[in-house]
Amino acid sequence: MKNKMEIKNFSFTYKGAKAPSLNQISLPIQTNKVTAIIGPSGCGKSTLLRSMNRIHDLYPGNQYDGEILLQDKDGKHQNILAIKKENEFIRLRQKVGMVFQKPTPFPMSIVDNIAYGLRLTGLKNKRKLHEQVEKSLRDVALWEEVKDRLNDDARGLSGGQQQRLCIARVIALKPEVILFDEPTSALDPLSTLAIEEMISELKQNYTITVVTHNMQQASRISDYTAFMYLGDLIEFDDTETIFIRPSEKQTEDYITGRFG
Amino acid sequence: MEKVFKTFAQLSASFVFVVLVATVAVLYITAKPAIEEFGAHFIIEPRWGVDVIQKNIPANAPPTTSTSTRDSIKPASSAPVVNTGVADEALDDGDDMSIDDEFDTDESIPTDDDMDTGQSGLPGSADRNIKTIYGGAVPIVGTIFSTLIAMLFSIPVSMGIAVFLSEIASQQIARPIGIAIELLAAIPSIIYGMWALFYFGPFIASVFGGHSVSLLIAGLVLAVMVIPFMTALSRDAINTTPNVLKESAYAMGATKFEVLKDIIFPYAKAGIIGSIIVSLGRAMGETMAVAFVIGGIFQFAHKVTDATTSIPVVLANNFSESSGMSMHALFYLSLILFIVSFITIFFAKYFLMSKR
Ligand SMILES: Nc1ncnc2c1ncn2[C@@H]1O[C@H](COP(=O)(O)OP(=O)(O)O)[C@@H](O)[C@H]1O
Ligand SMILES: [Mg+2]
Repeated sequence: MKNKMEIKNFSFTYKGAKAPSLNQISLPIQTNKVTAIIGPSGCGKSTLLRSMNRIHDLYPGNQYDGEILLQDKDGKHQNILAIKKENEFIRLRQKVGMVFQKPTPFPMSIVDNIAYGLRLTGLKNKRKLHEQVEKSLRDVALWEEVKDRLNDDARGLSGGQQQRLCIARVIALKPEVILFDEPTSALDPLSTLAIEEMISELKQNYTITVVTHNMQQASRISDYTAFMYLGDLIEFDDTETIFIRPSEKQTEDYITGRFG
Repeated sequence: MEKVFKTFAQLSASFVFVVLVATVAVLYITAKPAIEEFGAHFIIEPRWGVDVIQKNIPANAPPTTSTSTRDSIKPASSAPVVNTGVADEALDDGDDMSIDDEFDTDESIPTDDDMDTGQSGLPGSADRNIKTIYGGAVPIVGTIFSTLIAMLFSIPVSMGIAVFLSEIASQQIARPIGIAIELLAAIPSIIYGMWALFYFGPFIASVFGGHSVSLLIAGLVLAVMVIPFMTALSRDAINTTPNVLKESAYAMGATKFEVLKDIIFPYAKAGIIGSIIVSLGRAMGETMAVAFVIGGIFQFAHKVTDATTSIPVVLANNFSESSGMSMHALFYLSLILFIVSFITIFFAKYFLMSKR
């Protein structure tokens, strides 16, 4: 199997919910490609994404069925749904990073925000930390803007800068996969553009999954697109095919703006 | 209507200042004679209501004559001060003087003559002059230490409960405990005092030794009393941390403890410190719960298991039987309590603002 992640017959039921929010999803996430997940609000995009790093497990009582495989560096696969131990969760989340819809700067300085994940892994060397911080900030094109105020509270940055900071924070950990959950829906058009460009850059080194309800965005940045509707995966294909010759009527209706 | 509303709002707001200024003014004016008499030395003077015999007072100096101690049985004559040198003072204390005389005659006959001459403002009492000393050191130290002990115990326990309720316990457990905490916070402090006197105090005494009234017990009762309060407030502060913020830390591989330490506490810091300060204020000014268990004696506690007293307890125990200088001294003491509380809150506010 050449894919970085492989979702197989995956169903998910929230605690106390009568019906599953995701039904029998099967979806490959290809290595060093951008996979977009589109679909109307409430169709389960976030639910699927949040299963991929098991962040759902912060709230107990949810039910997973099926498999989500993650390929590690030596090619072996691990079913992440089988993880039970805290330290395995930590390792999973360091391998599969996540950027949220709203920027979530931690209540600390800019430099500490970036260094946070590295410190968690046990890195203490000041010089190494600083190198990593600078590199990550350069990767998200934030270095020039913040290099003179690295010790200021990160919450003083603008929304777009905060979101780039959050991305820098994730890539500082050198994850293998990065999950983006509508990363630009709270941002202005210019910041959106900057982040889209960055995502296209990042795919050289990372495998990326982006949830978006903005179809133009999906067509601009992704290689593959999955269309979901009411907890089902309706169609998955190259982005071009999905947007030009979708094979499902529902997909066509959605991308031509007839509903959603 | 708009205007009426605006005026009303402004009036209400200025009411705050009126109350503040009026309180300070009354405290200060009433305390003034004691401030003039004892000065800053009041703060380090451990004696309260103790008569000292002063010698070598110049004949033309206003002789200050005072009789009896605060332990006297007759309330009205407990600690009168007759300042015969100042005319209006003498007028003010006219009532006291007469009672004083009666009291004096049946208690201390030898001074009777002195009193009579002293009251008429004549020299001659100079060779044998009795002055009553009032000093606040014991209650001030008692207040500080009982509050410190209370904080020492209540802060970790409250934080533990607050963290448990907001981050660890499931909803089914957190809900009933939360309600119980809020009920505890509403219990009048006198009930804590009674409970402490009859059960808690003897229990602590049997564990740590000492009497069933002591500085330690007072501190612990204060701790028990403010814990529900501090817990409820800090839990609310902790609960304001957005879920996404915690999730993003978990998503970077943080453990629960790391999220607490690095995200939740820094985020909720202002609210948590606020809850501590409000509790500190309550502990410092608490009267009834402490009055039962601190002992109320004017003596420094050399060990935590010794009995001592605190400012509010001194005020509550002595006001009804005070007049003259002892009354002024009590006001001096309450002014000190006021200032200390004020400074605490001010520092807290300043700290919170500078960290923003
Ligand atoms: N914590 C939750 N508990 C129960 N149901 C939820 C929860 N979160 C989301 N859902 C439900 O799951 C479905 C999918 O939600 P979500 O994944 O957030 O959709 P999307 O991200 O595509 O807008 C919705 O029907 C929503 O109501
Ligand atoms: Mg969503």
